[in-house]
Amino acid sequence: MNERYLREMAKEVRKDILRAVHSAKSGHPGGSLSAADLFTYLYFAEMNIDPKNPADMERDRFVLSKGHTAPGLYAVLAEKGYFPKEDLLTLRHAGSYLQGHPDMKHTPGIDMSTGSLGQGISAAVGMALAAKLSQKAYRVYTLVGDGELQEGQVWEAAMFAAHRKLDNLVVIVDNNNLQIDGTVEEVNSPYSIDEKFRAFGFHVITIDGHDFTQISDAFCEARKTQNVPAVIIARTVKGKGVSFMENQVGWHGKAPDGSQLEQALVEIQDSGYGKGGTSE
Amino acid sequence: MTTEENRIATRDSYGATLVELGKQYEELVVMDADLAGATKTGIFRDVFPDRHIDCGIAECNMMGIAAGLAASGKIPFASTFAMFAAGRAFEQIRNSVGYPHLNVKIGATHAGISVGEDGATHQCNEDIALMRTIPGMTVINPSDDTEARAAVKAAFLYNGPVYLRFGRLPVPVFNDPDTYEFKIGKGVVLREGKDVTLIATGLEVYETLLAAEKLKENGISAKVINIHTIKPLDKILIAEAAGETGKVVTVEEHSVIGGLGDAVCSALSELCPTPVLKIGVEDTFGESGPALELLKKYGLDSDSIYNKVKVFLEL
Repeated sequence: MNERYLREMAKEVRKDILRAVHSAKSGHPGGSLSAADLFTYLYFAEMNIDPKNPADMERDRFVLSKGHTAPGLYAVLAEKGYFPKEDLLTLRHAGSYLQGHPDMKHTPGIDMSTGSLGQGISAAVGMALAAKLSQKAYRVYTLVGDGELQEGQVWEAAMFAAHRKLDNLVVIVDNNNLQIDGTVEEVNSPYSIDEKFRAFGFHVITIDGHDFTQISDAFCEARKTQNVPAVIIARTVKGKGVSFMENQVGWHGKAPDGSQLEQALVEIQDSGYGKGGTSE
Repeated sequence: MTTEENRIATRDSYGATLVELGKQYEELVVMDADLAGATKTGIFRDVFPDRHIDCGIAECNMMGIAAGLAASGKIPFASTFAMFAAGRAFEQIRNSVGYPHLNVKIGATHAGISVGEDGATHQCNEDIALMRTIPGMTVINPSDDTEARAAVKAAFLYNGPVYLRFGRLPVPVFNDPDTYEFKIGKGVVLREGKDVTLIATGLEVYETLLAAEKLKENGISAKVINIHTIKPLDKILIAEAAGETGKVVTVEEHSVIGGLGDAVCSALSELCPTPVLKIGVEDTFGESGPALELLKKYGLDSDSIYNKVKVFLEL
């Protein structure tokens, strides 16, 4: 793992997210930013994929079960070369292939259409099952929100995944602790998330979702897990990287205006590693 | 016209045809939600245990898994009762299967009031209405064993989502398996007539044929069309028949709201405005009872059809 490279890439991804959501005048920056480091690691370090052959049957799959954070996924796909970066600014525009929620029919690199919460994880389980049935080696990753855990279908899928011993499946929980109506424990607490997944038969790994060393170790551990599916519970900060968005529920589904975008881009550029930043 | 003795439930046709296809096509997988004995996918499980996936009592998850399997090159037949497929899992079918237009086949058994003794919670009279609103969804409601077998094969060979509706009640086999040809979206004229066109689907096709025979004995000449595919609808055939006969009656074991009757009315209002009588389950829930008694009570047997058509033609 080249941590410096990933940190730099994650900055670009965060800037892409904010520019796209600003251009759309709507969208979901908070959860896209909380998962930005996870998106970056998956597409630039973890998954076996080829942007030139997005339909390769042997490729690893990613399902964004928390589909509203499509801007984060689009950003890594564009950075990876699935489609031109400038198209990110067409997000949510009429006629654009970059829909408000992922659309596998029209967007290169999108493995499953998602957006209605709780459904993506089932599709990911189906993909992992297909690999087992066909004795294929590909792995399947799915990102779910912590609020999304309130959907019963998540647990239907979890029960089935463990029952079928889908050790080629990795569920990642973006545990940013916020949902539209408040904190997750205020609205309808999913805690303790780790104990629930353990009870459902998963190998549970809990990490800081913004620390690439921990992220890398977690995916390595998941890869070594046999006979049971793995879940990585990533503790994250909603709006991560932009001071006025961090931990603010109001930035779940709101676009920054021009001056807010300017400030956000500067903050991201100046943060952590990179030019003038602290070294590894 | 038929052998009254030879009665087969279309759910049996479904299970048997899956086995037939399974022998030929490795990519076919069959899913169920703890109803393999009732949906008849158990027949497939006995032959291909590795390709039968029982999801347990979790229909929404089953539809999502089916989507994932289809996205990975499998051709899944997801099976449960119509109520729990079209009803409970409507939104999963809409968003995870319909929107990405994935190659998932939904085998929905125990449709309609002829479920019988289980009563209203299990009698789905709304599934056709629900499924036909989904863009790109094909909706097929076979009338007998011959047609059901052909429909399952056609659905398998077609690339895209298909909703297949099957019944629990054994019904007469009247389509000749040696000559019958099935084409998705093509209606079948079973009988010519000039006074009225009777358009039926599913197990009501046979009841409608009986009604037409009785109408003939009373001097009324009825054309009978079997519409096995409700979507895409054979609008041209229906409009031409309406033009020929001037009056149309639709017959379905489904709510009169949103099913075949409404699909026909919608087509005719555009192409050939014609008075239409819709025969089906009125705006009500069903109840427990033997299937044949219920069909009579809810006005869906041949005598009821005959009486309603006679009154309609006298208007």
